Amino acid sequence: MPEAFLEIKEMTVAYGDNVIMKDVSFTVNKEDVFIIMGGSGCGKSTLLSVLTGLKQPAKGTEIFDGKVFWGNGATKDDRDALMRKAGILYQSGALWSSMTLAENIALPLEQYTKLSKPEIRDLVALKLDLVGLGGFQDYYPAEISGGMKKRAGLARALALDPKIVFFDEPSAGLDPISSKNLDDLILQIKDNLHTTIVMVTHELASIFAIGTNSIFLDAQTKTVIAKGNPTDLLKNPPNKTLEHFLTRGEK
Amino acid sequence: MSARAELVKNEKNASVELILSEDWLLENGASDNDQNIFDLFEKNDFKQIKLDGKQIGRWDSRLVAFLVHVISLCKKNNIEYRLIDFPKGIDPLLDLAFSVPEHVSPPKGDTTQSFLSYLGNVALYSWAATQRVALFCVKIYEALIRLITKKAVVRKVDIWFEIQDAGVNAFLIVSLICFLVGLILAFVGSIQLKMFGAQIYVSSLVAIAVTRVMGAIMGGVIMAGRTGASYAATLGSMQVNEEIDALKTMGVSPFDFLVLPRVLALSLMMPLLTVYADFMGIMGGAFVGIFMLGLSPEDYFRMTLKALFMKNILIGIVHGTAYGIIIAVCGCYQGINCGRNASAVGKATTAAVVYSIVWMTVATAILTFIFSVIGV
Ligand SMILES: Nc1ncnc2c1ncn2[C@@H]1O[C@H](COP(=O)(O)OP(=O)(O)OP(=O)(O)O)[C@@H](O)[C@H]1O
Ligand SMILES: [Mg+2]
Repeated sequence: MPEAFLEIKEMTVAYGDNVIMKDVSFTVNKEDVFIIMGGSGCGKSTLLSVLTGLKQPAKGTEIFDGKVFWGNGATKDDRDALMRKAGILYQSGALWSSMTLAENIALPLEQYTKLSKPEIRDLVALKLDLVGLGGFQDYYPAEISGGMKKRAGLARALALDPKIVFFDEPSAGLDPISSKNLDDLILQIKDNLHTTIVMVTHELASIFAIGTNSIFLDAQTKTVIAKGNPTDLLKNPPNKTLEHFLTRGEK
Repeated sequence: MSARAELVKNEKNASVELILSEDWLLENGASDNDQNIFDLFEKNDFKQIKLDGKQIGRWDSRLVAFLVHVISLCKKNNIEYRLIDFPKGIDPLLDLAFSVPEHVSPPKGDTTQSFLSYLGNVALYSWAATQRVALFCVKIYEALIRLITKKAVVRKVDIWFEIQDAGVNAFLIVSLICFLVGLILAFVGSIQLKMFGAQIYVSSLVAIAVTRVMGAIMGGVIMAGRTGASYAATLGSMQVNEEIDALKTMGVSPFDFLVLPRVLALSLMMPLLTVYADFMGIMGGAFVGIFMLGLSPEDYFRMTLKALFMKNILIGIVHGTAYGIIIAVCGCYQGINCGRNASAVGKATTAAVVYSIVWMTVATAILTFIFSVIGV
């Protein structure tokens, strides 16, 4: 029986009166690669910002690693403490432009660990090596390419060995090879550092290659209309919308 | 318990072993003898080493980072190494870490320079910057010609919006500051004039000072901080988001579309703001004259009218117009030439305000000189 890491129960998300999704429930297990799918504008990024504590849901609870994250008297401090176990890779990397890559990665380490300067330097070098950017320590984000920014963003997300990493469209804007390499990297990290992955993506190739579980959000009904392993969903699609999505509209 | 590493030398068969034990976790504190161990590798008095991980407790990337450092040292110093009994999962991570060769950045060149070459560089840079600004002004002029001949791609609403933003929307802050300046002028002047019983001349003092230059200067400084900075920040962010590239590739000149409306708006609105600032300054003076010096309103305004010369008002307006052009050009120049990241936008904004004020000072000096030569 797999252990749950993230549990979402009856969650409603809205911007003012504009309800984006109603009564959504799902569970992300430990060491899952959990894919959030859905057409453009159905609220995937919004859901991600709720899951990471940036936006308050209108209703519902989120349990994060066994502790209440949203709902039932959970405070901002509780959420901040829990988010220390999480890493986030933003769509464009969101590296701090006035700092070098090394400083970007060192910042969380300096803030939240008691390690010495040389130890932090070694860790920064390791994280950059892991994403294939060894030797780029002293580069500024403006001096590297889009794909490299994404990998550097991943290195920063991994700085504190998070138990869970959230990705917003990690392969958007990458060439097929880089996007495949990023998938491999994500799998390596999941397998060896035992990380749980939650990922918003449209990239069908990576959905089938690495996804172990998924939900499909529908903009019309504002709910989850399918759940499960993406490969199984492709074999027995529960509805037309999902079949359309997974086959790029060919069926 | 914190990470521990111990180097054991076996004298008999001359083998060296590095034994790692206990928990290797990020959350534990710093360990202090890592550096000593690394130094031993540099001394190079052994050619083989066994790394023993049998006694390792819990671990995370701290252990991997340590191993990567040790292995790099081994490779560098040609030491043969073997990993024994390490937890599962370490090997793939080490493979991953060493899979891409380290990027060697080209040397960034010698950055130290003598004072003379520094001075030379500053001079060259200033000359180049002057040329760039001159070119920028030429391009604005060309855009203006295109606007007049109706060839420019520019939306009328943009021009009206900028005019509104640089005009009406600035009234409140200009009122506040200029009223205050008039008040202070009158107050300071009255202390001296009272000694001669000549309080009534406060009105003339304020009227002349404010109309000739103070109104324009205060208006200029306010607009540099308020509108010039906003131009630099807006255009700078557009540069960061590649919006300006998008305009260019569509064949729309950013000078027509972005710079011209702003330069026009500010150079048209600054003269008006100057006159308004003059008015508010005089009101500030009147406040002191009437309520603190006890002058009658009729007397005060009669004396003010006597000291209001068309010549001074026009000189103020000329100053104001010059400031408006300077602020708009500085703001837009810094914005268009902004770098492509967030801190560059900050730098551009700062530079826009600083250069605006510096060039306003220079312009004041030049205008004062010209006016004194032609004798007004
Ligand atoms: N700040 C906001 N205020 C109000 N409504 C918003 C806001 N941000 C997003 N929305 C609305 O919420 C809905 C979902 O937006 P969201 O960005 O989450 O979509 P998405 O699924 O991530 O789309 P995409 O795949 O295109 O990134 C959209 O209809 C959008 O109009
Ligand atoms: Mg999105």
